[in-house]
Amino acid sequence: MPAGTLYRGREGMWSWVAHRVTGVLIFFFLFAHVLDTALVRVSPEAYDETIDIYKNPFVNLLEYGLVAAILFHALNGLRIIAVDFWEKGPRYQKQMLWTVVGVWVVLMAGSAYPILQHSIKTIFGS
Amino acid sequence: MSATIENAPKIHGGGPSIESPRSKRSPRSTKTNFELYGWLFMRLSGVLLVVLVLGHLLIQLVLDGGVSKIGFAFVAGRWASPFWQSWDLIMLWLAELHGVNGLRTIINDYAERDQTRFWLKALLYTSALIVLFLGTLVIFTFDPNIGN
Repeated sequence: MPAGTLYRGREGMWSWVAHRVTGVLIFFFLFAHVLDTALVRVSPEAYDETIDIYKNPFVNLLEYGLVAAILFHALNGLRIIAVDFWEKGPRYQKQMLWTVVGVWVVLMAGSAYPILQHSIKTIFGS
Repeated sequence: MSATIENAPKIHGGGPSIESPRSKRSPRSTKTNFELYGWLFMRLSGVLLVVLVLGHLLIQLVLDGGVSKIGFAFVAGRWASPFWQSWDLIMLWLAELHGVNGLRTIINDYAERDQTRFWLKALLYTSALIVLFLGTLVIFTFDPNIGN
């Protein structure tokens, strides 16, 4: 392929792609999550046995991934609102995306131990 | 003098079809402001969901030992309060409708055949009815003494 003919977008396009991908992931999780929560109407045992899956260290790591997807979707969603409703939003969309990424990194770092502590204690003993 | 062009090419098959220039305004696509309200809903529900969902994640996955504490007793404790029942009910409806509208947009963008779009949306709306009905039922009929 000749160089320079493939449109690769920039911050605007890639944040749009990431917003779609995270949105779809969150939607599918919500479907599963309403079904697992509905087990509280079956019996406390049925609910607790299913919730034990969430306490498996690998699934716990997936929960951290879910938080990563939701945090990006939430922060970038606020950026989209700013682009649409704030008169200077379109001019600062790139700066706002890097702000989103910065806040996301800080929140992901800060929530790593609290979210994963269950697995850390399970694997390495209490 | 009529402004319609005979035999003008029409584009079929991809999303809402593009009318040939100077054709009469399509009454179907301009009758309502559905897409405008959908666009506005995504932004309004989005702001509320930032608070509702991040609050939910903070309580369930971050504070007080993370996922360890979650179980039937924890749910019973939270749903004893009408405040958290309302929180979860509003979050359920806003998140599901926000997600359905997002997926509807994605289906319109990528599914090119009319038949494919129809069936994907039928599946989407069916799943949404199940999620909203089941989720609402569970919040309203939760019984903390079901095990006794």
